[in-house]
Amino acid sequence: MAEFKLMKGNEAMAEAAILAGCDAYFGYPITPQSEVLEYLAREMPKHNRIVMQAESEVASINMVYGAAGAGFRTMTSSSSPGISLMQEGISYIAGAELPCLIVNVNRAGPGLGTIQPGQGDYFQSVKGGGHGDYKMIVLAPASVQEMADFVYLGFDLADKYRNPVLMLSDGAIGQMMEKVEFKPYTRPVVDKSAWATTGKPKSRNRNYITSLFIQPERMEVHNLKLEEKFKQIREHEVRFEEINTTDAEYLFVAYGLSARICQKAMDIAREKGINIALLRPITLYPYPYQRLHELASQVKMMLSVELNSGQMVEDVRLGVNGKVPVEFYGRMGGMMPTPEEIVHHLETLIQYHHVN
Amino acid sequence: MSIDQHILPGPVPVLNLPPCHTEEEYEMVYHKPSTMVDTTMHYCPGCAHSLVHKLIMEVVEEMGIQETTIGVAPVGCSVFAYDYMDIDMQEAAHGRACAVATGIKRLMPDKYVFTYQGDGDLAAIGIAETLHAINRGENICIVFMNNAVYGMTSGQMAPTTLPGMHTTTSPDGRDVSYYGAPIKVAELMANLPGAFYVTRQSVNSANAVRRTKKALLNAFKYQPLHKGTCLVEIIGNCPSNWKMTPVEASKFIDEEMIKTFPLGDIKIPNAEDIKIY
Repeated sequence: MAEFKLMKGNEAMAEAAILAGCDAYFGYPITPQSEVLEYLAREMPKHNRIVMQAESEVASINMVYGAAGAGFRTMTSSSSPGISLMQEGISYIAGAELPCLIVNVNRAGPGLGTIQPGQGDYFQSVKGGGHGDYKMIVLAPASVQEMADFVYLGFDLADKYRNPVLMLSDGAIGQMMEKVEFKPYTRPVVDKSAWATTGKPKSRNRNYITSLFIQPERMEVHNLKLEEKFKQIREHEVRFEEINTTDAEYLFVAYGLSARICQKAMDIAREKGINIALLRPITLYPYPYQRLHELASQVKMMLSVELNSGQMVEDVRLGVNGKVPVEFYGRMGGMMPTPEEIVHHLETLIQYHHVN
Repeated sequence: MSIDQHILPGPVPVLNLPPCHTEEEYEMVYHKPSTMVDTTMHYCPGCAHSLVHKLIMEVVEEMGIQETTIGVAPVGCSVFAYDYMDIDMQEAAHGRACAVATGIKRLMPDKYVFTYQGDGDLAAIGIAETLHAINRGENICIVFMNNAVYGMTSGQMAPTTLPGMHTTTSPDGRDVSYYGAPIKVAELMANLPGAFYVTRQSVNSANAVRRTKKALLNAFKYQPLHKGTCLVEIIGNCPSNWKMTPVEASKFIDEEMIKTFPLGDIKIPNAEDIKIY
C-alpha cells in the first residue's frame, strides 16, 4: 500500500532530491524556498552527500557547473531574484551542455517584489533568461506530489539531453502542505565518461568543459548541434494534462497554481452549464502548441489564466494561430484570483464574444 | 612555377655536412613536460602565461598526478588554458573559477584541483567567489596571474593597476583618489584563516622562475593535507599591453611592480601542519 506523508512542497522536493540520488546541492537562502536548503543541510550529510550554502546564487550556480561538469547529479534552487542572478551561470551550463536541475519557487516581482506566489518568471524561464540561443526543459508542478515527482523526471531529462532542466514552481506550491507519496525510482544508467572531468587517464584524451568556440564556424556548428537537441526535445518531451475536453466549448489554459484555481473555476462554470475544459501544460518548454492548435478547431474561445500580466497567453496564441479568440485573465503582485472571480470574467467574455 | 623553383634559381648545391649525432649521444638536460599539449600558443612574445602554464604542467608531471588533476580556466588571456594543458579542465564564467573549483573539489576531495585566473577575473568580478572559497578553506590551489591590466580586452585598468599607470581606461594614469589603490590580493587573502599557503612570485628572470616553480610545487603538495587554500600570486609580464619590449617588461617588474607587490611568502604553513609530507 502506498505510504503518504504530509509535507511542504519545498520539503517534498528536497526529499525527492535525496531519493533521486542527488550528489550535491548548492543554494542560498531566499523566501519562499529556504526550506530546501534547511532540509538538505539536515538530511544530506546523513547520506554522505554534499550540501553547501554558497555566498550567493552566482556562486551556487557555478558550483553546480563544476560538480555537473565532473559528472555528478547536482541541483540548486532559489526564488525569482536569485534565479535572475543565476542566469549567467545557466547560459554557461546550457552552452557547455551540463545536466543539472534548477528549481525556481516563483515569487512576485519585478525587483525585490514580494514573497507571495507569482508566475511572472514565465518569459525568463521558457524564452531564454540568460544570453545566447539556448533552451531549458521547463517543468511546472501543480501540487506537492508533482514537486517531488518532477525532481526525478527533471534529473532524468537533464541526463538524457545533457541540458539544464528548470522546475518552475511558485510560492504557494512550495509552501503549502499536501500528501505526497515517494514512488519507487530507478535511476537510469548514464555514461558520462566521454566528457566529465574526473581526471585524465592515459587511455583517453583530456575532457574539457567549455562554452567557448572562438571561431565563428565552430560556434555555429555548436549552435546547430544545440538546436537539433532542442528540436528533439520539442518532438519527444511535450507534456500536458487535459480535463473535460471531450465536450468542451471553451478552454482554460493554465499551469501550476493557476491551473489548480482554474480546476475549481471549471467545476463552478460547468454547474452553471458552461462547457469549459482545462488544458494544463506540464512542460512549459517544450510547449503543447500542437494540442492547442487541435483544440482551436473544437472550442469557441480560450482563456489563459496566469499570476502575471499575460505571458503564457502569447504561447497560447502561437498555438491557436488566430483560429479562435484567446483571452487573458491574471492577477499580480502576489495576489491570487478566486475561482468565482475567474468564472465571472469568463461569463463576461462569453457574453462579449456572443454579441460580437 | 612553384615557390621552390622561384627562390632557388640554380641547381641545389651539394653540402658537405658533418655526420648527424644520434639522440643517445646527448644527455637530456631539459624537455617540455609531457603534460603539455604539443601545439602553438596564442600568447604574445614575452608573455608570462605560457611560462606559468609550463611550470604547472611540470609540477603535474613531476608529481605524477596527471590522472588526478582537474584545472579550471578563467576568462581573460588564459581562457584557452585547456588547449595547452593535457589534463581534464573546465572553463568557468568570468570570475567564477573558485566557485566552479569548489563544486569539483567537494565532490572529488581526493583529486588535485586548481584554478588559473588573471587579475580582472579574480580581483575584480570574481573577488567574492575567491574570498569565500579561501575563507571556507577549499583545498584547492589558486594560481593568480597579476599583470596589472586586462590583457584579453587589450589593456584596460585592472584592480591591480599601479598608481599613475597608463592604461586604455586610465589614459592619464591611474588616479588613486578616483579609483582607489591597487588591491594587494595575496596580503588581503592571507588574513583569512582558510588560507594555508600564500606567496607572491614572478617569472621575469631565471631565478624567479625557479622560485615560482618551487612555490607551485609546494602549493600542489600541500593539497592532500586538506588544510586549506594555497594561493600563488605571480606577477606576470604583459609587454603588449604595457607597450614595452619583453626585456623592458621584465625590468618594469623589478623596478616598478614589486614596489606595490613585494615578492615572497606571505603566509607559510606551520611546520607541524606539513610534517606528514
